[in-house]
Amino acid sequence: MRQGGNRQTEKLLMERSVPGRVGVVLPEVDVPAQPLPANALLRDELPLPEVSEPEVVQYFTGLSQLNFSIDTHFYPLGSCTMKYNPKVNDEISFLPGFAGIHPMQPAEQSQGALELVHKLQGFLGEITGLPAVSLATLAGAHGELGGMLMIRAYHLANGDTGRTKVAIPDSAHGTNPASAAMAGFQVVELASDKDGNVDLEALHEVAGPDLAGVMITLPSTLGLFDTNIVEVCRIVHEAGGLVYGDGANMNALMGRVKLGELGFDVAHLNLHKTFSTPHGGGGPGAGPVCATPQLAPYLAGPVVTQTNDAYEFATPEKSIGKLSGFHGNFGVLVRAYTYIRTLGGAGIKSISGNAVLNANYMMNGLRGVYHLPYDRTCMHEAVFSADWQKERGSSGLEIAKRLLDYGFHAPTMYFPLIVHEALMIEPTESETKETIDAFIQALIDIDREVTENPELVNSAPHTTPVARLDEAKAARQPDLRWQPEAAD
Amino acid sequence: MSPDDRRYTKEHEWVMIEDAAAKSAVAGITDYAQDQLGDIVFFELPKVGDSVAHLDKMGEVESVKAVSDLFSPITGLVTEINEKLLDHPELVNEDPFGEGWLIKVTMSDIAETDGLMSAQDYDAFTAGL
Amino acid sequence: MTVTRPDTPEAHGDHFQSHYIPNTTGEQAEMLAAIGIDSIDQLFADIPAEFRNPVLDLPAPLSELEIQRELSGMAAKNRPLGSGPSFLGAGSYNHFIPAIIKPLITRGEFLTAYTPYQAEASQGTLQVIYEFQTLVCNLYGMEVANAGMYDGATSLAEAALMACRVTKREKVALADSVSPAYSAVIRTYCQSQDISVETVNPSSPALDTETACLVLQYPNYFGYIEDLESLVDSAHAQGALAVVSTDPTAMGMFQTPGHYGADIVTGDGQPLGIPTSYGGPYVGLFATKREYIRQMPSRLSGRTVDKNGKTGYVLTLQTREQHIRRERATSNICTNEALYALASTIYLAAMGKQGLRQVAELCYHKAHYAAVKISELPGYSLPIDGPFFQEFVVRCPAPPAEINKKLMERNILGGLDVSEQVPNGMLLCVTEMNPKEDIDALVAALAEFK
Repeated sequence: MRQGGNRQTEKLLMERSVPGRVGVVLPEVDVPAQPLPANALLRDELPLPEVSEPEVVQYFTGLSQLNFSIDTHFYPLGSCTMKYNPKVNDEISFLPGFAGIHPMQPAEQSQGALELVHKLQGFLGEITGLPAVSLATLAGAHGELGGMLMIRAYHLANGDTGRTKVAIPDSAHGTNPASAAMAGFQVVELASDKDGNVDLEALHEVAGPDLAGVMITLPSTLGLFDTNIVEVCRIVHEAGGLVYGDGANMNALMGRVKLGELGFDVAHLNLHKTFSTPHGGGGPGAGPVCATPQLAPYLAGPVVTQTNDAYEFATPEKSIGKLSGFHGNFGVLVRAYTYIRTLGGAGIKSISGNAVLNANYMMNGLRGVYHLPYDRTCMHEAVFSADWQKERGSSGLEIAKRLLDYGFHAPTMYFPLIVHEALMIEPTESETKETIDAFIQALIDIDREVTENPELVNSAPHTTPVARLDEAKAARQPDLRWQPEAAD
Repeated sequence: MSPDDRRYTKEHEWVMIEDAAAKSAVAGITDYAQDQLGDIVFFELPKVGDSVAHLDKMGEVESVKAVSDLFSPITGLVTEINEKLLDHPELVNEDPFGEGWLIKVTMSDIAETDGLMSAQDYDAFTAGL
Repeated sequence: MTVTRPDTPEAHGDHFQSHYIPNTTGEQAEMLAAIGIDSIDQLFADIPAEFRNPVLDLPAPLSELEIQRELSGMAAKNRPLGSGPSFLGAGSYNHFIPAIIKPLITRGEFLTAYTPYQAEASQGTLQVIYEFQTLVCNLYGMEVANAGMYDGATSLAEAALMACRVTKREKVALADSVSPAYSAVIRTYCQSQDISVETVNPSSPALDTETACLVLQYPNYFGYIEDLESLVDSAHAQGALAVVSTDPTAMGMFQTPGHYGADIVTGDGQPLGIPTSYGGPYVGLFATKREYIRQMPSRLSGRTVDKNGKTGYVLTLQTREQHIRRERATSNICTNEALYALASTIYLAAMGKQGLRQVAELCYHKAHYAAVKISELPGYSLPIDGPFFQEFVVRCPAPPAEINKKLMERNILGGLDVSEQVPNGMLLCVTEMNPKEDIDALVAALAEFK
């Protein structure tokens, strides 16, 4: 569908600006005018656009229509858990009693909010088997930083100052090593074995007196449940280290196993993945940290405690400190609370069952067409390699781009790094069998196109608002804001 | 085929002696390296006057979606860097053995290049990767 | 709250028909047959049997009707800012939010999209980010801005870390007029990296050639405008960077930190169309000079062309980020607050050149009116001299906590108790959301304490 006139999205806000137009009418000053500060303190120019309200609505609506999204497209992005985001969650988070309250208002005026946070701490502690919970961290990587700082603080509090290393599997998400480094650790890479598990021999080699801990994603980013996990935890603990769990893939495990019972000491969850809060094009998220009672004193502040019938914020005794300006992404917490409460225990367990069922059904439908480097029962996602197609001239990137023409968002590509031409596909529990069947058929059709019409695949996408973009130009001559002199 | 007027490292850098008497040499990355990296977008190079050491990190090269360390093939003092690369890193994609050189160095010991691979050995090495 | 749990495998909820899950038992059976197994439980056989299917002590499911009832009840136990006069600020501000923002940011195409790694399928989000970067630069008078950070506090902490990378120094000078919460976050971020944090007095900051940066807040935590020009100069004189956390609303009238030569400018985008929401989600603002671009954390959208020459946008300079540079990345940040960067962009578009100035002036005049009226009351004074924007500190005749209790009896939410920093000090915030009657009601109520 084409748009005409000012509903086209090409022109940027500053280019649409017409002097004198206003987008909002504000009240008059209703108090006697006060003397302004010295002129030197005031700015002359305020280079913001001048556009009317209809134009703003039309422009941003037009921009939204250039996106793929869960509501408009199947979005099987591996490790991102792009499940349906329930609308009721949003509606509840916008209630004035939640969205309209101030973070510094007294506890007596925010008992409902504190109660919600307290109960959510309990739910997440129950789901992970790690009962000490702080909701103050604002995204997955932020939770990782918090968890790693806790591990550091724990060792230091025990006088154990020589633990400088953190071991991380080679399949890990990039935030793991980045977070460990931000927490002051030296990162050691852990190899995976031929089944995609942590290589126990490699682990034995690093499990010494300088090991602070390991960071493990379970299921791994290969979409596999690490059958060595109990042994991994045992080896690390025996060496005096702690086990950190990256909960990015918890959608596979909820109600099936508890991280705490397996031997994990501290883990974060991604509420914007597992617990259905919308990803928003890159946030907001929330990355609660769940830990064993032993680590509870080190949690980031604040946490909510309950005494008698009243709730209040408290800072744990040996807290690593504050990691965010206030108490966490409350609006996201409200959505996750609503989700868990809606599903209950039975529903939570049904989520993981159907997520894993859908992934295995999808994997089964594509086995033999695309290479499965680790052909075992997968968890919530399956990692294929496009190396068979690459031999015929089309890479994973090109297959992913071609999927866009079929109306499906691309899977995660080239990750994890240990799989050549990786295509990581996560259907989630919220997709229908019909959609998954259509997606399988699309990938089979594309495989045929690779043989019959490789140019069609290699020049894809053909139906998106823009074709393949010149990323080298973008990086060599960075154009990162609109400037009058740069305008055409 | 890599040019046989210079020597190569396993990290895919080359070095060519320009003037043996003055111990001056020029260094860059190989055609194989630029091909593996894809579109190069940025170099971080040592400064003129910095010392570099044989197979020690001397900088970084970035493509759109990868970043790799650059290792100096030789030990010595940097006398010149290829300023053109600051605005035109693509020169290394286009002409890695010529216009796309990275640094010029006064070597501590020109015999150091003897330990590096010949063009023939390097090509055999990359063929096996 | 606790309900009895199923503890047999059959009753484990594999066949719980949630409205969020399409698969029926019939479809599950078809899919299992295709895979060649009989039960969902078999898919979890890799989990050691002794740990599989633990007891899950969660409450029973609720219908949408019930959940709305339960959560409306919880919401009703909180006092929203809009339910009466409110004068609380201190980093989270009660500003007018145009009605267009909510329907636009809750459009599924924005709300339920992922981070725009797949550029051809994400041009909407990428163009919004480019607009956001442009408007943040224009607000702060800076050359480049990212999109984005978690919040104002973490944005400032990341700026301090970046200043250490740029200067290769490991000492942060933190003005004592910076928000205590922000200061605490800076300390948490710096603690593990061998970076020392020293508090300095902004009227005569002790800096030396080891100082990586001077960290300031503008207006400061107490609402006042410091001499940014000389503070930035004093940092530069030692080869240190000037890092300034800046309220974006104040930029509607006050000179930009960029004008004074600030090197990194951060802020919280919350005042730009984002509800106070008990402290989050907000969005962190982060802008710097072009020369420092490769040391910046987080995402950048760049304008480029597609293979047909059509303008488009991509995430760029990604080699700085964790998914490529891993442990050597400029930050671990990944998912941040894109939806609220969108909200701020819509806000700035709608407010525009005239609207933002009007908002700033409304806040300024109302806050100064309130300050004058309160300072005329017996027992009350303004202990801090100098220009301020929308917040100011009042010295009260009694402990602010007591006064706030009395104010709440009249349904007035008073200011923040800052008596730890200023004896009997109350930090009040007045914005365009406070009509004159609210201010007069506050003054009348305060008058009862002498």
